[in-house]
Amino acid sequence: MTTTGKAVLTCVDGSIYTDSVCQHAAWASQRLSAPVHLIHVSTPPLSYDGPADYSGSLRVGEMSTLLEKLTEVDEARGKLDHRKGELIVEHARAVLGAAGSPPREVLHRRGSLVETLAEQEAAAQLIVLGKRGEHADFATLHLGANLERVVRAAHVPLLVAARAFSGIEHFAIAYDGGPSSEKALAYIVSSPLLRGLVCHLIMVGQDSAERRGELASVADKLTKHGFEVKTHLQMGRPNEVIAAYCEANAISLLVMGAYGHSRIRTFVIGSTTSAMIRSCHIPVLLFR
Amino acid sequence: MLAWSTLRAEWFGNVRNDLLAGMVVALALIPEAIAFSIIAGVDPQVGLYASFAIAVVMAFVGGRPGMISAATGAMALVMVTLVKNHGLEYLLAATILTGSLQVAAGALKLGGLLSFVSRSVVTGFVNALAILIFLAQLPEFYGAGWQMYAMVALGLAIIYLLPRVTRAVPSPLVSIVVLTILSIVMRLDLRTVGDMGALPSTLPVFLLPNIPLNLETLLIILPYSLTLTAVGLLESLMTAVIVDDLTDTPSDKNRECWGQGVANIVSGCFGGMAGCAMIGQSVINVKSGGRGRLSTLFAGLFLLFLILVLGNWVQQIPMAALVAVMIMVSIGTFSWSSLTSLRTSPKSSSIVMVATVAVVVITHDLAQGVMVGVALSALFFAHKVSRLLAVTSKHAEDESHRRYTVQGQVFFASANKFTAAFDFKEVLEHVTIDLTHAHFWDVSAVSALDTVVLKFRREGTAVEIIGLNEASATIVDRHAIHDKPDALELLLKH
Repeated sequence: MTTTGKAVLTCVDGSIYTDSVCQHAAWASQRLSAPVHLIHVSTPPLSYDGPADYSGSLRVGEMSTLLEKLTEVDEARGKLDHRKGELIVEHARAVLGAAGSPPREVLHRRGSLVETLAEQEAAAQLIVLGKRGEHADFATLHLGANLERVVRAAHVPLLVAARAFSGIEHFAIAYDGGPSSEKALAYIVSSPLLRGLVCHLIMVGQDSAERRGELASVADKLTKHGFEVKTHLQMGRPNEVIAAYCEANAISLLVMGAYGHSRIRTFVIGSTTSAMIRSCHIPVLLFR
Repeated sequence: MLAWSTLRAEWFGNVRNDLLAGMVVALALIPEAIAFSIIAGVDPQVGLYASFAIAVVMAFVGGRPGMISAATGAMALVMVTLVKNHGLEYLLAATILTGSLQVAAGALKLGGLLSFVSRSVVTGFVNALAILIFLAQLPEFYGAGWQMYAMVALGLAIIYLLPRVTRAVPSPLVSIVVLTILSIVMRLDLRTVGDMGALPSTLPVFLLPNIPLNLETLLIILPYSLTLTAVGLLESLMTAVIVDDLTDTPSDKNRECWGQGVANIVSGCFGGMAGCAMIGQSVINVKSGGRGRLSTLFAGLFLLFLILVLGNWVQQIPMAALVAVMIMVSIGTFSWSSLTSLRTSPKSSSIVMVATVAVVVITHDLAQGVMVGVALSALFFAHKVSRLLAVTSKHAEDESHRRYTVQGQVFFASANKFTAAFDFKEVLEHVTIDLTHAHFWDVSAVSALDTVVLKFRREGTAVEIIGLNEASATIVDRHAIHDKPDALELLLKH
């Protein structure tokens, strides 16, 4: 993997996750010896919130006066957004600086996060963002509106920050043998990000000789690359099993493949990935 | 990837405002749909069914969320003679054919052609449309008594004065209600909508037009369909640009093209006339806070509900009320600022605008006006660019050697100027023509250069040309450099 010089993209939105996102990013950038790029995207609201005129009449020069009026409304809102964005960026810059990784580039843009990330991805080796967004306290079980879309669109690993950052010593891999978890393994052995940490290899499913063999061979591979590996195989719902294990063993980072299924399946039966991110209260490193 | 979220945003990003705006639009659509049917010479139900079908279909397939499409004046004006000479069935067939042509235009991505329609042509189109809608109201006054004039004046007064008191109710609607009540109570002898033809009492039903499917039919409807296609796409795309500007959001022009086509096919199959985007209604929608597809859908559904429920009352609406609403539409559509800017904007732009309006008003054909406008703008542009040519000369080394330096654009419009810049009477041994900073755009430019070289040779002068390769690099057809990513760089380099 040629990632030298590529940046850790840090996405902040002014939510309560901002500090933790910055600390996670600083941690990753120091381990990867990569620069941090700070990104804040102001998204204009979907709905119209200016004054509405239900008179239904067209006056002389209606189009030009209407354009002027709407422009004024947008202008006022735009200036406010701009100011708010600057405050967020300044705050994030300070947190990153305090954590020892001042950002090399700061990007403050308008539009959607997904499209901005698509433009910036070429210069990135890791994207860091919060589990939930600006309206986090409003709907406690919901993930940030952007998270799934970003994960599905991204081509680089994604570090989803938890509410608070408290150092990372033990990490767990949710292994299911799928292509995205293979990708995760390949990344772990080749990248300096997790080198030297204790690795817990978890597989969810029926206990069988075949599974045990698979687990052992993966563990073997990791051991060869200098990891201290513990394995765990258990039946149950993946999100519950893994969340319980992480809690019991003081795991501070979960690594997993993400959104292996189609959007339609996800729409109907829900996504394991989303369930997992919701039930584990630790940061998650996602691969797709 | 973005499909889900975009879809959700376009439909449910602005629910409350969209529903309210949709209602306002539906109320404003009724008089217009009836009035435009009357312009086209068909029963009011044809325009009402069309408005319902087009609004609902466009909500799903349109490329510009929040834009209102329905039966329009521009389209109605095109179909007048077809209805008069051949009847309704041929109009429905022409509508379906128009839809198919528009779908084809969308598939061929003709939406991009709009970039050839300059701002002046758009302004001319809009102004001409306003004038035509106004003129179409005049026959209502022929032979009418003072009551008609008084009613129209009262209607206009309500439309324009009521918003000063309240903006919570649509003033055109209040105007219609008041005038209708007045005419019933005072038993005024005025023409009503009921006199103009049948109103819908049922849901529209699927019915293919009852016409012979042969070449003769095709030859009758094709010319109308072609004009309808052009006018419909032009007005729709121009309206899309207006809504884009107003809401500061982008739209998909090619999707809009085929969407209009699908909507017209559906309209024709359900007994409706051809329609397109409506400038006035779209502005009303945006003004009332409508932004998403829900506003368009709700406008269509609410319109159908209203005409089915209120059918008996709609019959009683005096024509004077509709005339007042239509006068408001024409005043609101007309770009009044274009009159004051006539003095300040470049003469060529003003000529293009005025010519577009003049041709439309004379021919009653918006498509011809736009064609004339586009052709004129192209001519003016070619003329302006042709002036970007300078040929300078000076003696090089000695008296018998002259060096001409050509700078600028050489193409059909400037080829003569190029040839005339050389002095063939001067007795010279040598001539050097430096073309390094010239752009040769076409065959006329090349043949002009040939002429110059030949003339010098006949005078016994030896000609040397420098920089021909760089100059001819702009004959992009042959070198096809416009396909390459560094095309602009290549053009600017020399």
